[in-house]
Amino acid sequence: MISTKNLTKKFENLTAVDNLNLEIKEGEIFGLLGPNGAGKTTTIFMLTTLKPPTSGTATINGYDIVKDSDKVRKSIGIVFQDPSSDEILTGYENLKLHGWLYDMPDDLKERRIKEVLELVDLTNRKDDLVKKYSGGMRRRLELARGLMHHPRVLFLDEPTLGLDPQSRDYIWSYIEKLAKEEKITIVLTTHYMDEADKLCDRLAIIDYGKIVVLGTPDDLKKELGGDIIKLRGKSLNLEPLKNLIYVKNIAASSDEVFLTVEDANMHIQDILNTVGKVDSTEIRSPTLDDVFIHYTGRGIREDSPEGSWAEKAMHVRGKR
Amino acid sequence: MSELKGIYALWYREIKVFSRERSRIISSIVNPILWLLIIGGGLGSAVSFTGVFNQIDYQSFIYPGILIQTALFSSVFFGVYIVWDKKIDFMKEVLVSPLRRTSLFVGKILGGSTDTLIQIIILICIGFVFVSVGIMPGLNLNLISILISMAFLFMTTVALVSIGLIIGSQMESPEGFQLIGSFLIFPLFFLSGALFPISNLPSWLSPFIFVNPVTYAVDGIRGALIGISQFNIAFDFLIISVFAIVMILFGTYAFKKMKI
Repeated sequence: MISTKNLTKKFENLTAVDNLNLEIKEGEIFGLLGPNGAGKTTTIFMLTTLKPPTSGTATINGYDIVKDSDKVRKSIGIVFQDPSSDEILTGYENLKLHGWLYDMPDDLKERRIKEVLELVDLTNRKDDLVKKYSGGMRRRLELARGLMHHPRVLFLDEPTLGLDPQSRDYIWSYIEKLAKEEKITIVLTTHYMDEADKLCDRLAIIDYGKIVVLGTPDDLKKELGGDIIKLRGKSLNLEPLKNLIYVKNIAASSDEVFLTVEDANMHIQDILNTVGKVDSTEIRSPTLDDVFIHYTGRGIREDSPEGSWAEKAMHVRGKR
Repeated sequence: MSELKGIYALWYREIKVFSRERSRIISSIVNPILWLLIIGGGLGSAVSFTGVFNQIDYQSFIYPGILIQTALFSSVFFGVYIVWDKKIDFMKEVLVSPLRRTSLFVGKILGGSTDTLIQIIILICIGFVFVSVGIMPGLNLNLISILISMAFLFMTTVALVSIGLIIGSQMESPEGFQLIGSFLIFPLFFLSGALFPISNLPSWLSPFIFVNPVTYAVDGIRGALIGISQFNIAFDFLIISVFAIVMILFGTYAFKKMKI
């Protein structure tokens, strides 16, 4: 459904997306994960024809994003990271406008507005100005709008950013319902690992514009090679652990140690005997968070370079 | 067909937003009335009975200029809404739709022109009221003179909305837009002969007046409404139409190059 070939975007001396090669199948929910500024949003902007690639290309629904951008735009729907509905219009008017922009016949348009409003539970608020909607409601309205014209591919850029847990839960169930009922391909970016774990059939972690790892959430967790054992204690004897073949990874901080251990339940006794007295222990299965940290490291990233490019662009334009 | 529907959608949105922001309409009407009554009345008492003002009162004389002033401010500053569209990301919603950029520009021009022409029509109604209470005795408001004026105002508005949109498409911040907009509007207004006759100007000033396309709109409307004009009305209309077409072409280009 989506296929990218060496898709690249450069901003002056910064390579935001670096020779990206991706194949996304029809009907799957695909997640793009990565730290701030990893190139997720830029990738989405290129795939949705909002920004041209510097080199390389991609096809969506068989259409080239550069040569057939009109046809690509007809095949896709998108929910942006930031709200993009007009607050001085009502929810219904925003949807009506959308129907016109996508050249939907009137009867189909009205029918779809009804359907999607029901899908996101906004039917009884449809005649209120969007100004009066909460953040979660706006998100739901935009989700409804993105779906209205029956896109083959729906892009969701951080669909639950800044929402309360109830709204997130809502949105998740809508997305799952969609994938089932409307059979569309969904590409989503997110920072929330629980979200990716719950929704995505497959996901790619990208960093510095490149794919670091790609697979199903379960496979990625399995690839870490075991469960996580957390040990707490003053003077733990860690040196002998390195000789145990079933201990895959040791990450120690001041008085805590994280071990990645194969079949942890079987080996816990041996490990405890080896390290000596511990204050507490905890065994858990690895989460996507562990996967994410494993591949992208613990360092905190400078806040999104995307922001600073925009600022730079503003300065350049201001001077002109 | 599909493009027409999209253009209609954009027009519909502008009109809805315009009708919901009443303060915009009120402020756009109050300003010209103050100009007519205070500048017109105040300066009028001083300039009477010399030159052209043997035939016409000053308030009637500047009324066409005030119509143009309203068109200028309302049209050019309409461009700021495209900066807001970019800020609230509504622009992205339009740009990812199958609608062509040219259609986006046309829809915006129609929306902006409608806003402006509604204000102009209100001002013409107020003109009727003023004439009937004897404030502007020299004004000749009838169906034909109004239609000719509207034709001029439409062309001027289209040209100026295009200018506003061109600036707006290149700007990132509303504040920057205000700055550049004002830089442009004031010379266009003061150098259009809106407030004074352009027949006996100092020689250093006339070139500035005559290269300003807005001058010809003021002159044409003056010809229609008070029967005094420097040029042939058809010539005036030709100039302002060419100006409008050139601006539309520029605008289409600017929209195609617009980045988000």
